[in-house]
Amino acid sequence: MSRDPGPVFLARRTYRRRRLTDAARMLPLLGVVLFCIPLLWRSPEAEPARTTTVMLYVFGVWAGLVALSAVISARLPGHDDPAVRKDRSDAGDG
Amino acid sequence: MPTLNLLVVFCLLYVVLLFAVAFGADRAARRGRGRWLRSPVVYTLSLSIYCTAWTFYGAVGFAARSGLEYLTIYIGPTLVMIGWWWALRKMVRLGRSQRITSVADLISSRFGKSNLLAIIVTLLAVIGTTPYIALQLQSVTLSFATFAELDPTTATQPSRQSTALLVALGLALFTILFGTRNLDANERHHGVVMAIALEAIVKLFALLAVGVFVVWGLTDGIADTMARIDASNIAAWQVSGSRWIGLSLLSAAAFLCLPRMFQVMVVENEDESHLRTAAWAFPAYLMLMSLFVVPIAAVGLDLLPADANPDLFVLSLPLTQGQEGLAILSFLGGFSSATSMVIVAAIALSTMVSNHIVMPIWLWATGGSAVVSGDLRSVALLTRRLSIAGVVLLGYLYYRLSGGGAALAAIGLVSFAGVAQFLPALLGGLFWRGATRNGAVTGLALGFVVWLYSMFLPSFGPTVFLPQHVLDSGLFGMAWLRPQALFGADGMDPVVHAVMWSMLFNTGAFVVVSLITFPKPIERLQGAQFVNVFEHSNTGGSWRAGKGETEDLLIMAQRIMGAPQAQKLFSDAARRQGIAGYLPDPTPDFLRELERELSGSVGAATAHAMISQIVGGTSVSVEDLMAVADETAQIMEYSSRLEAKSAEQARTARQLREANEKLTQLSLQKDAFLSQVSHELRTPMTSIRSFSEILRDTEGLGADEQSKYSSIIHDEAVRLTRLLDDLLDLSVLESGRVNLNIQHGTLAGMLDRAVDATGGEAGGFRIQRNRAAENIALTTDPERLAQVFINLISNARKYCDAETPVLTISAAERDGQLVVDFSDNGSGIPADQHAMIFEKFSRVRQTRVAGAGLGLAICREIMARLGGSITYLPGQRGAAFRVILPLGEQMAAQ
Amino acid sequence: MGKTVLLIEDEPNIIEAVSFILSRDGWQVKTHSNGHDAMEAIRRTAPQLVILDVMLPGRSGFDILGEMRADDALAEMPVLMLTARGQTKDREFAERAGASRFMTKPFSNADVLDAVRGLVES
Repeated sequence: MSRDPGPVFLARRTYRRRRLTDAARMLPLLGVVLFCIPLLWRSPEAEPARTTTVMLYVFGVWAGLVALSAVISARLPGHDDPAVRKDRSDAGDG
Repeated sequence: MPTLNLLVVFCLLYVVLLFAVAFGADRAARRGRGRWLRSPVVYTLSLSIYCTAWTFYGAVGFAARSGLEYLTIYIGPTLVMIGWWWALRKMVRLGRSQRITSVADLISSRFGKSNLLAIIVTLLAVIGTTPYIALQLQSVTLSFATFAELDPTTATQPSRQSTALLVALGLALFTILFGTRNLDANERHHGVVMAIALEAIVKLFALLAVGVFVVWGLTDGIADTMARIDASNIAAWQVSGSRWIGLSLLSAAAFLCLPRMFQVMVVENEDESHLRTAAWAFPAYLMLMSLFVVPIAAVGLDLLPADANPDLFVLSLPLTQGQEGLAILSFLGGFSSATSMVIVAAIALSTMVSNHIVMPIWLWATGGSAVVSGDLRSVALLTRRLSIAGVVLLGYLYYRLSGGGAALAAIGLVSFAGVAQFLPALLGGLFWRGATRNGAVTGLALGFVVWLYSMFLPSFGPTVFLPQHVLDSGLFGMAWLRPQALFGADGMDPVVHAVMWSMLFNTGAFVVVSLITFPKPIERLQGAQFVNVFEHSNTGGSWRAGKGETEDLLIMAQRIMGAPQAQKLFSDAARRQGIAGYLPDPTPDFLRELERELSGSVGAATAHAMISQIVGGTSVSVEDLMAVADETAQIMEYSSRLEAKSAEQARTARQLREANEKLTQLSLQKDAFLSQVSHELRTPMTSIRSFSEILRDTEGLGADEQSKYSSIIHDEAVRLTRLLDDLLDLSVLESGRVNLNIQHGTLAGMLDRAVDATGGEAGGFRIQRNRAAENIALTTDPERLAQVFINLISNARKYCDAETPVLTISAAERDGQLVVDFSDNGSGIPADQHAMIFEKFSRVRQTRVAGAGLGLAICREIMARLGGSITYLPGQRGAAFRVILPLGEQMAAQ
Repeated sequence: MGKTVLLIEDEPNIIEAVSFILSRDGWQVKTHSNGHDAMEAIRRTAPQLVILDVMLPGRSGFDILGEMRADDALAEMPVLMLTARGQTKDREFAERAGASRFMTKPFSNADVLDAVRGLVES
């Protein structure tokens, strides 16, 4: 029962798809970072930032995340796609 | 026009519309129409039950008090949704492949189908959700009262209690009507989902309309609105970092764990790919919901008197500005938010309560007997309906008892923190194979206790549950046990404090206990199945059973799933195994499939318990244990391939063996047939010959004797002829040279004729019929069909050995086929003879009753000519035969 | 008299026919129509001859014959077997089981009479 080593390099298409699933996993982390940035704008010495500024920033980030999520989710491979299966076993979760 | 009356009219019309939409959607789904019912847009909109009245009204109040902090409640779910590839995808896949019915079912199923865990989760969910339902009732009542106060024409105020009671009753009715149509929780509630999708549109539209009115109607556009915000007392960005991060995480956790979210997100999910759309559309929905919150809050603070309740700005702003239409729209938005939450929460909780608490108790109380004999299906439906009523009533009682005060307003976050306790067990179960049942139980229990002590009880304010001195100086005077400053964590925000400690204890205990305890085999199997759901989507846990138990399983399955579905499941499985009829071999695969189907109706733990009551305990095979012991997916895959191969070989071997058995039996049958024909012909001939010789040779025979003997000769000749007729009939039918005389008629008519021809109910033989169901028009050969019926009725008459024999004839139309069942109350036919009863001369009992054993063989041939079939139906009390005839014009070709 | 025949057969018409023929020949005919308690009937009536059908309800004629031959008191009693199946293997089976004569239905009345007389005289 030796493990099939598989080809060393993946086809370009499969490679793209795998990076896309990586992007899908990174997206919420990006969101966490971006949504936390306004917390840096509250220095005790200076005048605090205004609500309107933060509002514009947060809704801007929000809209950007929605757009990114729409683009990535639409291109992610389906669940029967071999690229994903292989990817899962590579990731070795568990 | 008096506003209050107008509001009542609109509100009633809206409710009627909701009922109509739910009814229409249910009907369309049942008829297989309406693909749009299953669109990703409807799925996304149904997720919006996350936005309850607490967010519809409360977000503005939240913003008026503490600025942008309200955004955390929406940011958490946004992050979860755009990260669907991590957790949601796995939950939805598991929900579908394991037929999960609720969040309690998921956790219990993952940790070895433990009912203890299911009960803990259910109790926690009920405690966490009840105040939240009360909050929804309060918001409807409060917004109604706002209208009443501002309406000059009403002299008397409507009682708040009666408004709340009416709303509660209406919601319970709606939920019972559309939420318990099917027992199978995995069958989608199309009506409910469609109604909440509509409500989602209404509430978004209402909030946007109020926002547009505020920005462009009350102020001069965006720039002016910004200026007003800058001038208000929420102009400065003063959010505490711990609350900003803590509340976002809390709302993200709650979004995953809330029973109602699990219901719409996982249980009602039609198609995994809907997540792709929801991944961006639902964050967009949340963004739009929160877009105008700050402007409304700022303008409300500016224009309304200082003592106005900011929680009702959305309603009171249009109302005080003379915009009655907009105010009514806004009211309907709040009403929608409240009602959709209560409906889905009630469905989710009732499923959990009935599957994990009531059904196990009932099964235990009635002993093993209930599995086979009780009417489980109606008991399960009834408990689910009672649970719905109970859950809604509990919310109403909570509202009455708490007096609807400010304590309720704070309950939103308290409730979030309560259900967030599921998170470690849930995520740990999904991603960590080492997580054990004991770990989950300990973690949940500890987190629950800390949450109760540090958040839930103090939320009622001092003196209700916790006296002031406990809050000030801790339990038993120990300072480190102060509910809101545990272990000396002084000066923290109470919400963040409670969430931090409860989650720390919960997660810590979960991890530590999981590490030091050893899981049972079934936990390890389920763990492997759950964590690696994308590699292999079948369930773990193997059953071993004997053939004799299949009939018991069928009886039980019929009682839970209903007879047609259960029979279909069993006959499909039998066909896949290459067996004709309704009783497949109880292979581990089949039992696993059956358990999964049952768990869709009654939950994993209960289904497991029911099957083990019949099959007699689970035994995990050596292969299964090896599969668990081996941590690599490769071996699993390899062995599953081997398994598939050997299953294939076993199937072929079985088919060959069965064919061989049948051939051997047929050859024996052929010998028996010849000897039987000989016997059947010679017996009457003996009498004929003997008596004709007597008549010929005996002198001085009296006239009486002469006439007696010649009539014996005559009767025996008739008997011979009948036998020859039967043989001829059969050979004509078998060779296919029969001429059918196709006519129109009704089933009732043909049955009447058959009953008359067999002597009706003479001789203490009762025939039960349902004439209403028999009124089915047929186009067939009525003579031939009646011949089949006559045969079945006279068989029952001859062979039914009950003291008071009763034959039940039931007719139904199913999938374009006529199905007529003839079942008697005798002792039935032993399972080993089912295969042979339709063969020629196969008399089941070695008794000598008139008839040569050709009747059923003729029936089978006739039904084949008519394009239908006749089968023996096992799993009934006595002998039962099922006649199936296609309706419509299709007849077997001549 | 003392010339008693026991007829064990389940078809009522055949019973009637055989009884008629034998009683006209001076025999006293007793009848019995099932296999369960045929042995008791034989012991009770103690006939000179038993006419035994093969296919009986409850018990096969071969079984009854076997039991008679195993019983010292009945081992010598003449037995005329009747069968409606007429296959040669039935005849062999009957002879091995110890039947004195074997007849296939339908039979002629005269043959039955001859067989009964012959069996009792020998």
